[in-house]
Amino acid sequence: MWLWFHKLSSPPYAYRTAGLVRPWLFWPAILLMIVGAIGGLVLAPEDYQQKDAFRIIYVHVPSASLSLMIYTVMAVAAGVGMIWRIKLAHAVAAACAPIGAWFTVATLVTGSIYGKPMWGTWWEWDPRLTSELILLFLYLGYMALRASFDDTQRADRASAILAIVGVVNVPIVKYSVVWWNSLHQGPSISKLAAPSIEGSMLWPLLIMMLAFILYFGAVLCDRLRGEILRRERNASWLSESLA
Amino acid sequence: MQSSVQTTPGLGKILMLVLARDLRLAVRHWDQVLQPLIFFVIVTTLFPLAISPALDELRKISPGVLWVAAMLASLLALESLFRPDVEDGTMEQWVLSGQPLSLLLLAKTLTHWLLTGLPLVLMAPIVGTALGMPQSVWPVLAATLALGTGSLSVLGAIGAALTVSVRRGSVLLALLVLPLEMPVLIFGARAVDLAMHGEPVAGPLNLLAALLLFFVSLGPFAMAAAMRISVES
Repeated sequence: MWLWFHKLSSPPYAYRTAGLVRPWLFWPAILLMIVGAIGGLVLAPEDYQQKDAFRIIYVHVPSASLSLMIYTVMAVAAGVGMIWRIKLAHAVAAACAPIGAWFTVATLVTGSIYGKPMWGTWWEWDPRLTSELILLFLYLGYMALRASFDDTQRADRASAILAIVGVVNVPIVKYSVVWWNSLHQGPSISKLAAPSIEGSMLWPLLIMMLAFILYFGAVLCDRLRGEILRRERNASWLSESLA
Repeated sequence: MQSSVQTTPGLGKILMLVLARDLRLAVRHWDQVLQPLIFFVIVTTLFPLAISPALDELRKISPGVLWVAAMLASLLALESLFRPDVEDGTMEQWVLSGQPLSLLLLAKTLTHWLLTGLPLVLMAPIVGTALGMPQSVWPVLAATLALGTGSLSVLGAIGAALTVSVRRGSVLLALLVLPLEMPVLIFGARAVDLAMHGEPVAGPLNLLAALLLFFVSLGPFAMAAAMRISVES
């Protein structure tokens, strides 16, 4: 196990492994997305209150949970990189940030499209949307800090500290926003958080969730390979394998 | 064992020396210390000009205006918190000194609070009155700012330590620090707002105090780690 772990942390090995694993994540993700889309858009019955508009949750909810999950993955990778000084872990964190930011954007866009028929406005200062927006700011700050260093190693370690500080802050931000909002308006919106969901609506959602996670894995493999290429551009193993 | 300790002063003495040095520097450049405070007053002046001179309307938004202005003023002063010491090499000596860097930086952060947070606490009631805030709210306003600006100073110092070696880091600093500071803003402004409506404010005040304790106890480690990265090379 440890041997495997150490082997994986060497860039050439990780580069090849990511290339091998990627299709096994990507194609199942596409397949599951098709199944989930058919299940969610065609087979699932329409909601008695929200009609067909609710169907956007099949993109919105998986994006939202991934946007948070990827931030956690990024912070854990950054922490591993700081503690054990594994360069590859920093590369993983660097690869995570743009993916997470895009999932956050997808959540915000689908959320506001969802909000138009539900609330009658494109944007509502709903606690969940607001904390997603703050999460986007955290991602953008992380990427801006990383971009402002010329030296990759310093960029790695400085942004790792920011990721760790950020992940400690995410629950605080989340609950403060919920608390802030609960004083402003009644729980009229909480009907969206329906406690029970019909089985025929639920299974496509779970399939979509799995599909998005696999898709994240595939994109992470791609970005990680790109990141390794950028970092190792002067390494001998790379020129050998390309020759 | 004892003889090696004799040559350097104790940690408490060192922290007092750091505080005294920074305060003396501030007194010698008192115009620079005043700038964030003048900025605070100017920003709060913009709101009546932009929205309405009617005190009824201003009163509603006054807690938010004061808090946003305080946040920006605190941010403005962060830029120069560590930069002079890093540029003239003092910070390198601190890193190498063998003293706990986290505590040294915490002492510097305390100076930042004494020079920007504390004057804001004292000035805010006056500016608040100009925005139509009733006098009965003064104690709550001062209490939220006293607790909240402490958190702002610690969070800001982490950001300042991260960006001190970056060219043109001030915009980046705002980008990093402001999202992290939002919970402080929420609780601070909310407490003042509740007080204006005559409702109990213990909840948000306790949360502000909890945030302050949390940031003061964990923040210095992040500051020290960030500063080590910034001064090497």
